[in-house]
Amino acid sequence: MDWFELLFAAEVAVGGLLSGVMYALVAIGFVLIYKTSGVLNFAQGAMVLFAALTFVNLVERGVPFWVSVAVTLAAMTALGFGIERTVLRPLANRSPMTLFMATLGLSYVIEGAAQLIWGTQVHRLDLGISNAPFEVWGIFISTFDLVAAAIAAALVAALTAFFRFTHTGLAFRAVADDQFAALAVGLRLDRIWATVWAAAGVVALVAGLLWGARLGVQFSLSLIVLKALPVLVLGGFDSILGAIVAGLVIGATEKLAEVYIGPFFGGGIEGWFAYAVALIVLLVRPSGLFGQKRVERY
Amino acid sequence: MSVFSASVTGARLATGFSLPVLVVLSLGFVAVPLTASPYVLEAILLPFLALSLAGLGLNLLTGYCGQVSLGSAAFMAVGAFAAYNFDLRTGLPIPVSIVLAALTAAVIGLVFGLPSLRLRGFYLAVSTLAAQFFVQWALTKFSWFSNGSPSGIIAAPVIELAGLRLDSAVGRYLFSLTIVTAITLLVHRIVSGPEGVNLIAVRDNETAAKVIGVPVLRTKLVAFALSSGIIGIAGVLWAFTYLRTVEPAGFNLDRSFQILFIVIIGGLATIRGTFLGAGLIVVFPLLLGRLSAFAFDGLIDAGLIKLIERIVLGGTIILFLIAEPNGLSAILSRLSARLRALVRRG
Repeated sequence: MDWFELLFAAEVAVGGLLSGVMYALVAIGFVLIYKTSGVLNFAQGAMVLFAALTFVNLVERGVPFWVSVAVTLAAMTALGFGIERTVLRPLANRSPMTLFMATLGLSYVIEGAAQLIWGTQVHRLDLGISNAPFEVWGIFISTFDLVAAAIAAALVAALTAFFRFTHTGLAFRAVADDQFAALAVGLRLDRIWATVWAAAGVVALVAGLLWGARLGVQFSLSLIVLKALPVLVLGGFDSILGAIVAGLVIGATEKLAEVYIGPFFGGGIEGWFAYAVALIVLLVRPSGLFGQKRVERY
Repeated sequence: MSVFSASVTGARLATGFSLPVLVVLSLGFVAVPLTASPYVLEAILLPFLALSLAGLGLNLLTGYCGQVSLGSAAFMAVGAFAAYNFDLRTGLPIPVSIVLAALTAAVIGLVFGLPSLRLRGFYLAVSTLAAQFFVQWALTKFSWFSNGSPSGIIAAPVIELAGLRLDSAVGRYLFSLTIVTAITLLVHRIVSGPEGVNLIAVRDNETAAKVIGVPVLRTKLVAFALSSGIIGIAGVLWAFTYLRTVEPAGFNLDRSFQILFIVIIGGLATIRGTFLGAGLIVVFPLLLGRLSAFAFDGLIDAGLIKLIERIVLGGTIILFLIAEPNGLSAILSRLSARLRALVRRG
């Protein structure tokens, strides 16, 4: 392998790492909800779609950028509280699998409603971030990807600070550690769940804006949930750090595989390759890279 | 516990052809072919039979054995394409091709069931998605599977039995119904026999099952193979008797979810529930279409109806999970109990 090929490989890997950050961004929304309520929220992708559609339609109707962000945030918060009230509360104390299936139904409802309200056409979303590549040691990196990674890092920092230093964050951690103990000391489980779902809605908004700027805002945005699932399986459903590391691992291996292994199969392997990677790692380490080790993973 | 009791009542009902089963079978084999219009056969009964069978296969795995799979449509695709290729390349009679297709789907199901030996719950559910994406990719990528057809959509062969061409809607319906009936009986035998007890033991408590000597790993793999084989045959029926084309696009993730929804709405671990669920899933969009055409006189376009259908379907799933987790089967049990009480009193 000569110097140029090596450079090319490095460029592919860096591109993969950066798109891995985008996967992690979606996965973090899952982790938030899974940690505090034990629900694998399949509707996270639908929430991303809902947030992006709401935002882009407001902007297209001439609402200023930050007002649109605020309105969408309010909508996502309302959605979180609504879901807690109508879906989670009646299903409290039911098996995690039941709740998972309920979120499957929820994803249908949100996807349908989002498109019913805002229409099914494709929207362009311009966040004003330049897409021009720049060069670092001979490797071209997309500015947009780098800014997206920075935003994701800021989001993770904010979430970490929130969990560590605020009263609500402490309550979140208490519920994640032991639901019954948290109830026993007087924490309001319903309010905490609603808040967590609202927080996941905020993460969905950020993910929706960045992914929407990249792919256009349309129905397929809700399918990024399928990109996030192998990341979650690999990183463990309950670890934010795991989601990030697994996102990076899967992003990089996926892009490298697409370039170096894909041609042998006629390409297009990105649909299942991430799942294969996750499965192989899981066969060796059943709790994922960072997941809590328990006898039963239910 | 309640799931278990529902499965017991279901078993009692069907043992040795009880009256309701006989009525349904005679209606299906005699009355329907004589009276049903081609529209009812083509648009309702044929997809209903194929989806019921797929639901039955998934129910065996998810309802009885407790392993959630999100990749059912992949095994339908494997079955359909395998049957097509066996028929095309070997010239064997169609029933033999279908059996071989079922075996192929079972083997592929076994392979994708291997993670279940180490993974549980969500980790397993997500890993079954690998089957969904891998199979769909392989079938579209390698044109050998579709015999080099440029569009990837191929006409399914006409079903021939002993020189008889089952080309008409009634012929395809009877062929489909015969297969579905036979497999339903087989599944009923399995779940009410010792193997069924093993499945339920693995579902309810794996550790306890292992302690009392249930071969947990073997039971899981058998469940995966059997379930995939049955779903594979459902794929053959879907492609050969209903659509009459074989294409990978129809066996997508939405189809997998549809089959899961059939099982949830019908009731986990009930055989008749699966048929009720499939009936609802097939009839509901048609009803919605009719209703909107009637109420709004074509003011609502088809795209909008699709969205409304999605919302109502999702809402129905949530509603069933909240209000009736044992599904339509439990509702039917209650209704028939109430009816029986009325008859006794009157």
